[in-house]
Amino acid sequence: MLRITGGKVYDPAHGIDGVVQDVCIADGKIVADAAGGRTLDAAGMIVFPGGVDIHTHVAGAALNFARGLTPENQRAAAPFLHTKDLRMGLGGPTPTTFATGYLYAGMGYTTVMEAAVPILSAKHTHEELRDTPIVDKACLVLMANNEIVMDLLEAGELERAKQVVAWLIWAAKVYGVKAVNPGGVAAWKWGQDAKQLISPIAGYSTLTPAKIIGGLAGIIDDLGLPHPMHLHCNNLGAPGNVSTTLDTMKALEGRRAHLAHLQFHAYGGDDWHTMRSEAVQLANYFNTQKNLTADAGAILFGNAVTITADGPWQHLLYQLTGRKWGNIDVENETGCGIVPYTYKGSNLVNAVQWAVGLELLLLIDDPWRIFLTTDHPNGACFWRYPEIIHLLMNAEYRRECIKKLPPKVLKRIVLPDLQREYSLAEIAIITSAGPARAMSMPQKGHLGVGADADLSIYNQNPDGAMMFRYPRYVIKGGEIVVEEGELRKTVEGREYVVHPRCDDKIEDYLRPLFQQVYTMSFDNYPVELERVHGLQLHDCLPRG
Amino acid sequence: MITLTLKQQPVVPLEAENLSPDVLAPLNRDAIRALPVHHGKHPCRLDEFFDVDGEASDELHIRGDTAKVKWIGRNMTRGKIAIQGDAGMHLGAYMKGGVIEVQGNASDWVGAEMSGGLIRIAGNAGGQVGAAYRGSMAGMKEGTILIGGSAGLEVGMRMKRGTIAIAGPVRDFAGLQMKGGTIFLLQGAEIRTGAWMIRGTIVSLKPLHLLPTFQYACTYQPTFLRLYTRYLRSLDFPIPDAIQGGAYRRFTGDASVPGKGEVLVWQPT
Repeated sequence: MLRITGGKVYDPAHGIDGVVQDVCIADGKIVADAAGGRTLDAAGMIVFPGGVDIHTHVAGAALNFARGLTPENQRAAAPFLHTKDLRMGLGGPTPTTFATGYLYAGMGYTTVMEAAVPILSAKHTHEELRDTPIVDKACLVLMANNEIVMDLLEAGELERAKQVVAWLIWAAKVYGVKAVNPGGVAAWKWGQDAKQLISPIAGYSTLTPAKIIGGLAGIIDDLGLPHPMHLHCNNLGAPGNVSTTLDTMKALEGRRAHLAHLQFHAYGGDDWHTMRSEAVQLANYFNTQKNLTADAGAILFGNAVTITADGPWQHLLYQLTGRKWGNIDVENETGCGIVPYTYKGSNLVNAVQWAVGLELLLLIDDPWRIFLTTDHPNGACFWRYPEIIHLLMNAEYRRECIKKLPPKVLKRIVLPDLQREYSLAEIAIITSAGPARAMSMPQKGHLGVGADADLSIYNQNPDGAMMFRYPRYVIKGGEIVVEEGELRKTVEGREYVVHPRCDDKIEDYLRPLFQQVYTMSFDNYPVELERVHGLQLHDCLPRG
Repeated sequence: MITLTLKQQPVVPLEAENLSPDVLAPLNRDAIRALPVHHGKHPCRLDEFFDVDGEASDELHIRGDTAKVKWIGRNMTRGKIAIQGDAGMHLGAYMKGGVIEVQGNASDWVGAEMSGGLIRIAGNAGGQVGAAYRGSMAGMKEGTILIGGSAGLEVGMRMKRGTIAIAGPVRDFAGLQMKGGTIFLLQGAEIRTGAWMIRGTIVSLKPLHLLPTFQYACTYQPTFLRLYTRYLRSLDFPIPDAIQGGAYRRFTGDASVPGKGEVLVWQPT
């Protein structure tokens, strides 16, 4: 039993905007009243629902490859030393598993979604998530370049494709479906990419990225997955790609979707020399499309490691940087590329990217549909979110930062004209309430009775970066994990998994196919249920 | 002056990154004795391995056979370390200033990723002198390393600036992926000198077996070398008098990168 008293409560899901009221906790849930037990005096502090990260890369084979590829980052990283309660680990751009849990919780985040899991290496991902303490987790499985699904979509066998997708989701033990550069990663295996939505994909005769997007979005709606298709659009990072992004939104024809790291998809211009922000055009159209949500994928200047299933883009980035490059082929399912990257304020392209991330967050008018992310570790490490919050809340500080950019960039961005400043309630929406709603997690992102008792309490401070970097208290599942700004206790996190219904006969179709095209036997392929730690099954609500 | 005398030879290498004037200078004798070192994975006190004499000085003398003592002078910014015997791996790694002098030999990674200061080794050094650690973009960024004897593989790997001068012979891959700075070789090197070099200068007083991706440019007498050799002489580095005569054959490469580095090979008159 715990009573938090005297704090200003921000609970946007219930329209509570900075009201001083008590929050009571019993048995890991928010309750109406709690008699006895401990009382936390939160006078002068603000009380937020625990942060929810809708798009991050924190576990699995690709991240481990990135950790191994960048020993220079590990050497420079802040170490977590072994103590009675904490396991050792390293921070830096790609923190180790335990450190990931500590860093997220230490910033007031209590739920994260690992956004790219190939089924073939899903076991590894679940093992690493098990070792990522405190935070609750969910995974998205990569599907838009799965050759079996693509063959079915090309043949027009939508019903069977739906059965296969449902079977694969349960085989990977995940929460939803991610589509990365639909068709482009499969084309990469032919040395090509898929930049045009209506051109056939290399290796196929009629299948186009638009057909994959439409097909998968429909299947996901039919299966009733709680989270809509999580889409990394085609043509990421390229100058002029805003047209592809707009075409993608149109191709969805009103179906639900979440557009990941929108910043990387909002550029105009014809080449690197003329690249400019198209955030206005994109935001204006996005504002009219109520079926969509998005996350920012903002960048911050400094060292990053880019990790994505988008193999062809990573090859281009490798050629641009001349640094290291990792390329992983994941058989019939997807690919993966890893390139360390340094965003520099003096670089015109990077300066445009920095501005676009903030512009989208400021121009998209409904905070319930745009969420704070950096596509960790691609745009910046997640532990730098408070820096972005400060930029959103303080237009004066933004102007100071803009002054440090090369003057040439001012003609290519609209950020200097934007006066909007986020309120604390809006910050609570883009960091918690909004993503929880987009993930259809009714127990997360709010402080109503019955919600999970995940909350963070900050000392009120005009400097948003300072305020959100060091919470005074963080409570996860009713347990105080951060106390007086110090991580004092670790608890185990849960993992959310959906089990969409599928026809058992689909195994008769998949089994012979597997023996033909996979290096792994069919029976060893699915992730065993025991491997998922803290399993929480989430319902699907099939359409019709 | 602070004097540390090795009293017990470690069985496995001793991790002693605290042995730097920056750490020792502000401490009294008891605090120095209690400094942590790691013997393998076991944390120990410094005085389990060393007798400690003196305090409150930024001059540190280390006596005894310290070939198994690693990380001496790591990250140091000032003062002086004098080592009477041999030094273990990573001597002066990440060093930013000050002087290290070794009367014996040193192991691998001398002055790795250093950005200032002077390291002088009377005997031989191991490999990766002034190099970048694995994965890093750049090796030494400033400073001087002088070696009286020979050196091992990958001398100056990815170095960006600064000087490495080696009086004895050097093994393969000297100046590997070099980005700048100068390597001065009195006795030449084995094969693949300057492989993948982008910029920087390698001077050799002995003929080199160069890669085919280095192209002969001209034979000349570069003015800067007169200045350079005068600087090295001022540090008591044994530059032979004979090089006042003769000329240098200039090779550019490594064309496989492609790079704009130079290799200057001295030709006596």
